Amino acid sequence: MRVVVDYDLCESNALCMAAAPEVFEVRDDDFLYVLQDEPSEDLRDKVEEAARRCPKQAITIEG
Amino acid sequence: MGLDNIVIVGASLAGLRAAEELRTLGHAGRITLVGDEPHRPYDRPPLSKQVLAGMKPPESTALMVAGGSIDDLDLDWRLGESATGLDLGARSVLLAGGEQLPYDGLVIATGASPKRLPGTDHLDGVHTLRTLDDCAAIRSALVASPGRVAVVGAGFIGAEVAATCRGLGIAVSMIEALPVPLERGLGPAMGAVVADLHRDHGVDVRLGVGVVLIEGGDRVEQIRLTDGTVLDVDLVVIGIGVGPNTDWLEGSGLTIDNGVLCDATCAAAPGVVAAGDVARWPNHRFGEVMRVEHWDNAIAMGTHAARTLVAGPAAAEPYEPVPWFWSDQYDRKIQLAGRAGPDDTVAVVSGSTDDRRFVAFYGRAGRLVGVLGMSQPAKVMRWRSLVEQATTWDAALAAAAQEAEA
Repeated sequence: MRVVVDYDLCESNALCMAAAPEVFEVRDDDFLYVLQDEPSEDLRDKVEEAARRCPKQAITIEG
Repeated sequence: MGLDNIVIVGASLAGLRAAEELRTLGHAGRITLVGDEPHRPYDRPPLSKQVLAGMKPPESTALMVAGGSIDDLDLDWRLGESATGLDLGARSVLLAGGEQLPYDGLVIATGASPKRLPGTDHLDGVHTLRTLDDCAAIRSALVASPGRVAVVGAGFIGAEVAATCRGLGIAVSMIEALPVPLERGLGPAMGAVVADLHRDHGVDVRLGVGVVLIEGGDRVEQIRLTDGTVLDVDLVVIGIGVGPNTDWLEGSGLTIDNGVLCDATCAAAPGVVAAGDVARWPNHRFGEVMRVEHWDNAIAMGTHAARTLVAGPAAAEPYEPVPWFWSDQYDRKIQLAGRAGPDDTVAVVSGSTDDRRFVAFYGRAGRLVGVLGMSQPAKVMRWRSLVEQATTWDAALAAAAQEAEA
């Protein structure tokens, strides 16, 4: 699976970080950093939860 | 009992997420999604912000499904149809056209509707904002360059509409009966910070005054306030709160008390769950029976209610979220994780309210219950875990101080 963030949409609400801290981190500069572009399958539930909880629908999952 | 046939009443965020979770859990039977609006599920937050400002088209609000298309959910759509009754014994939902929809499992997600000001229905130019159609009506009024917009009620909708109008260069008066904006949501101290934010952006903020009368011929012309002021206005947006959509459930046997009263697992009756703005339930984490009108709760509760329906009463788990919301006003992002009320202790633990970049903690009975941030999303989300862990007030303050030193 590949995680794609549309940074034009992302507003750093940081809900993705709460859902999947292994993959998403919003730092104190208020920017989102994707820690793993291709997380392992065992993180799929968490990454899908992050995509669902994103208020901007900025996260898509490919594959 | 099998759950071959599930009916979801309410085709907005909570209903859609319930449907999505049912499919995720392997429900292969029919899911009927009933919605009284003609539109497929859409996202409401942009309606007071980007779509109202004309920065994004209405179509951009269509809700998506993680990892696929909404069509993959294989839903039986009943859009533009409203439910008018529920027969719990017969397990059947009555639609306005007279049709009966039988169900094995029912999700109630009918949301809430804006309260209106009595005596204003005959006037053009007086609006509430909840739906895409409401947004389109206000948008076309804004495009016509109104001389002044009055926002009645300084809750989140009113505050966001005021900010959007100012962004378009339109004069705005914000009228609020309470002493500060967002008082019920954030308490007096933080509400005062928000009042200053709006003043600095040129909003005519009028607090502690009510509306006596909204007047005009066919169209709104003036608004008369309890302090004797009369304002000339071309457009009024009413944002004085919402009420849960439970009229169709009167007499059904469900307990209706400021929403559909559920147990801790989101179940309202055998085979019936409720979620989102319409549902009220005991959140054991806070020892409080709550009804939460936030976007994020519609997702989490819709998902949880679907799990409860599939698990059945013996295996259902309690729904104990830390509620979360955000509100974008001007270039500031307000976020709250947990609870915040007028009577809570409030302490600013990071940044400063003068800079409008800060975090404040809310304490109740010696415990941290809420984390409020203005343009501090990373800290709010990190410190949300302190609320999850039921941290004492003193320990929470110490944790925040320690991080500030690090």
